[in-house]
Amino acid sequence: MPKYLMSVFGPAERTPYGSYETKEAMLEAFADTGAFNDKLVAEGYFVYADGLAEASTATVVDGQGEQPVFTDGPYLESKEHLGGFWIIEAPDLDVALRLAAEGSKACRGKVEVRPFQTEESVREMLGQ
Amino acid sequence: MTPDVEEAITRAHRDEWARVVATLARRFRDLDVAEDAAAEAFATAVERWPRDGVPTTPGAWLTTTATRKALDRVRRESHRDGKHEEARLLFDDEPAPRGAVDDDRLRLVFTCCHPALSPEARVALTLRMVGGLTVPQIARAFLVQETTMGQRISRAKGKIKAAGIPYRVPTSEDVPARLDGVLTVLFLVFNEGYLASGPDTDPVRHDLTTEAIRLARLVRDLLPRGGPGWGEATGLLALMLLTQARAAARVSATGELVTLEEQDRGAWDRALVAEGHDLVRQTLAAVAAGGPPPGRFQLLAAVNAVHTHARDARDTDWSQVVALYDRLVRVDPSPVVALNRAVAVAEVDGPDVALAIVDRLPLDGYHAFHATRAELLRRLGRSAQAREEYGRAIELAGNTAEVAHLTRRRDQLVPDPLPGS
Repeated sequence: MPKYLMSVFGPAERTPYGSYETKEAMLEAFADTGAFNDKLVAEGYFVYADGLAEASTATVVDGQGEQPVFTDGPYLESKEHLGGFWIIEAPDLDVALRLAAEGSKACRGKVEVRPFQTEESVREMLGQ
Repeated sequence: MTPDVEEAITRAHRDEWARVVATLARRFRDLDVAEDAAAEAFATAVERWPRDGVPTTPGAWLTTTATRKALDRVRRESHRDGKHEEARLLFDDEPAPRGAVDDDRLRLVFTCCHPALSPEARVALTLRMVGGLTVPQIARAFLVQETTMGQRISRAKGKIKAAGIPYRVPTSEDVPARLDGVLTVLFLVFNEGYLASGPDTDPVRHDLTTEAIRLARLVRDLLPRGGPGWGEATGLLALMLLTQARAAARVSATGELVTLEEQDRGAWDRALVAEGHDLVRQTLAAVAAGGPPPGRFQLLAAVNAVHTHARDARDTDWSQVVALYDRLVRVDPSPVVALNRAVAVAEVDGPDVALAIVDRLPLDGYHAFHATRAELLRRLGRSAQAREEYGRAIELAGNTAEVAHLTRRRDQLVPDPLPGS
């Protein structure tokens, strides 16, 4: 079954409550997202999901040279960064979009839905 | 090629293209394979039919030929389980998936107009896959380079495949929302044909309006009568027919746009008007029988029915038009709808009332906004301001006939009376 990455983006500048204005708003969103995750598991779509620490905690590593080079900060400078994600398995995009809409409502953010590469698409790339 | 065979091929292309592509798309689950195989089958027909004669059932012949071409390709490209896959495709005993309506062509339309595709891609893909227009034809229609259009279509097909956009009619409860996207695509195609943009295009592109009407007919015929979305599909078809009916009267011999008010109503296509009116009556009956309230296409069709009922522009029931626009504003509160409503308001309450409405609309830079302001200012005797607005409208209008019309209107303005005279 096709796999999809559902990413949630949020502001790079976080409040003390992540991307939420108040503690109450954060707790509500957490509760709704938790319920949504439970539903994904119960209906067999869930592969993995988690939230990320803020973008400023990221380190970029370039290991292509002789010595690896480490750089502070996220890979791209941006006003918005990946804040969390789900990986789901769904029969087609319509199902994935429906789930993304529910997830978006639960976590109070926009969700990008992107398919994973498949064995078939890689084979096609290789011209086999 | 004899005219008979040529005519048979043209007819088959018009009637069978979508069916062939749609059948193959379901069977092979790949739009690329379906499109290429359909194109090859038609090329084979061009080669064979003059020699062997036109088959008794051209559609079946084309589907069989296209299936064979597609199988050849799958055989060439198959990696593993090739034989098994081939057998499945050959016998195709898997029942077609059932949606609100069980028809491959409708499935194709919904796939091409999927909301995950960009609006430009939806239009292009629909014209290619469902309409059977070639990539160069579509590129010409939308004034883009052939390579750009080719890339747009292949990118869309690539997304359908990679993202898993299903080849399926949405479930009944999703049909109205999803169908609205389909109808919007067809309306865009029709409008581009009816008010073609660009200095080098004909003011009316009959190829596009005809194609849009044909596809609107197809979609409407595929939906169950009175079922979800049927009313709006019928409304869109009626709207197109009632607009198309006036096409001959709409551009003068000198290539100038003729407004509804000035049109020779005797030049309207009475058959199209009659069919459009009949469709509007059907939608009204469906609403009266407890169906869903009319959406924007049914309301726009009703507006056009009012216009085409009047034997003379002076007989137009403008208060009825305003009433319909009042309902339309509630369904579609966009400033463009408010602008069109204001045009009708001018006829009922006067140009000053209409101008006050128009002036509040955030449409600066939209040619119809400036053209409407210009007309209202002219009627209020404010010639200098009207002249300026005509100038803005002329700058912004992309349609040659419209530019010619606006230019004449501007040049006919009488100067403002001198103060004190």
